[in-house]
Amino acid sequence: MDIDQVKKVAKLGRLDLTDAELGVMATQLSAILGYVDQLQELNTDNVEPMAHPLPVQNVFRADELRPSLPVGEVLKNAPSRLGDFFAVPAILDAADDASH
Amino acid sequence: MSLIEKTAGELIELQSSGDATAEAIADSFLASIRVQDPKVQAFLHVDEAAVREQARAVDVKRKTGQKLGALAGVPVAIKDVLCTKGVPTTCSSKMLQNFVPPYDAHVIEKLKAADAVLIGKTNMDEFAMGSSTENSAYFTTRNPWDLERIPGGSSGGSAAAVAACFAPVSLGTDTGGSIRQPASLCGIVGMKPTYGRVSRYGLIAFASSLDQVGPFTHDMYDQALMMEVIAGHDGRDSTSVDRSVPAYTKSLDIPIKPLTIGVAKEYFGGGLDSEVEASIRTALKEYEKLGATVKEVSLPHSKYAIAVYYLVATAEASSNLARYDGMHYGHRAKGKLDLISMYSRTRAEGFGQEVQRRIMLGTYALSSGYKDAYYLKALKVRRLIKNDFDQAFSECDVILGPTAPTAAFKIGEKSSDPLAMYLSDIFTISCNLAGIAGISIPCGFTKTGLPIGLQIQAPPFEEEKMLRVAKMFENATDWHTKRAKVG
Repeated sequence: MDIDQVKKVAKLGRLDLTDAELGVMATQLSAILGYVDQLQELNTDNVEPMAHPLPVQNVFRADELRPSLPVGEVLKNAPSRLGDFFAVPAILDAADDASH
Repeated sequence: MSLIEKTAGELIELQSSGDATAEAIADSFLASIRVQDPKVQAFLHVDEAAVREQARAVDVKRKTGQKLGALAGVPVAIKDVLCTKGVPTTCSSKMLQNFVPPYDAHVIEKLKAADAVLIGKTNMDEFAMGSSTENSAYFTTRNPWDLERIPGGSSGGSAAAVAACFAPVSLGTDTGGSIRQPASLCGIVGMKPTYGRVSRYGLIAFASSLDQVGPFTHDMYDQALMMEVIAGHDGRDSTSVDRSVPAYTKSLDIPIKPLTIGVAKEYFGGGLDSEVEASIRTALKEYEKLGATVKEVSLPHSKYAIAVYYLVATAEASSNLARYDGMHYGHRAKGKLDLISMYSRTRAEGFGQEVQRRIMLGTYALSSGYKDAYYLKALKVRRLIKNDFDQAFSECDVILGPTAPTAAFKIGEKSSDPLAMYLSDIFTISCNLAGIAGISIPCGFTKTGLPIGLQIQAPPFEEEKMLRVAKMFENATDWHTKRAKVG
């Protein structure tokens, strides 16, 4: 894995890494990928992929109202709040961000 | 024998006979934690007043003749990956340093309903990613048998807490060996139940198709007791299986006869330490003395398990950990940042190196152009691993072998080489990939006094048989009575 690939993956994974960190990551990930490459020696042409140990299917509960967690309790963990809402950076216009 | 060296079963009897109160029991364990935990560092959080209050409530219930739960007055330590209402739950991460869950995990509700006393939250590898607790953002837990060594991981704090007699039992979670490996390295019993046996509701997710909650104990009776409390269906986990829970404590002492033990030849290869191998061979002889037939079986795809695991688990983790974006809870990067920069700064600051490495690996394995070569390929080999077990279990009742290739290694020995650390899970990982049940039980010591664990694996939902097979060995040996002397 070269440094450009590592940069791209860090961007996809939303990790703001320094150049030094990206360099270490490139070395370590290359070693791990080298190890996992042994899977390629197996012929798996007619093998059904197994995403899960159980035959998973949709599980529905009865469509009935139930109490949800109290808003105040949940918001206690919010990094930033505005009344009964989570306060987050504006996503449409960076200038709006000043109000928060 | 002092109170702290007793099993949960013994502590329950002492209370029924009036020889101990829940408060006296709690006080003994709290005193042990106060004196010894500065050396072991098993706990992240202990609230002494809250512990005493829970214990007193049990004593009042008993005095006033109210019905008591199955774990009345038994202190239980909890891995910090399980949500506890009103009590900090950090996952040993800076990301969740100030997180206080507004609800209890299903297993915590079950413990509370059984009148257990929650004694504290234990250290772990950050987000359960690791095999030594060295990836904790806070500190490394020490092995009670040798403080220079790791206790195993990721549930190292929960294993050390029981081995050091800070609690008679504890809960951990196991995604690739995170209960069985530390149990083995700390000389206690630890079980990964079948996938779907115990609800994952309120368990902070690492790899959702692999994670299971399970108990650490000194002996098999306590395993049976804990499983009766925590197992069972829960509608809040869509992968929780709706099957009745056997009365494990009732059947425990009935030996399995006839018993065919499978021994996978692939488990006795290159990396296995000779002292560990000798202990396992001795245990197999013990079973033969008890009338069991030992038969060689083959798990030909075992050698691919680690490669499969580090693609499947990291892919699932990269998706599960996307939720830590600094918006609703957890760490948020300071400063005036646009949305994407805030996500990326928050995650760079909040996650430790190993967690970042796994998010990177998983993101890569799922990314466009690489998904088929890595993730999909891994899922296909996962099927082959599962088929190996199906074939092997058609020829035997359980599969026995080592839990870990070596006894506890030294702190720092493998921390700079991720791949070397991953390889320490070689014998435990396939169990999670296949979704079967596994348990590690103490079966000896190295010449230098480090514990060795025997792993028993059983087909899905055959915990009852697995416990009975383990109990046969326990009845014939005294390894489970040994307690660490914290140095």
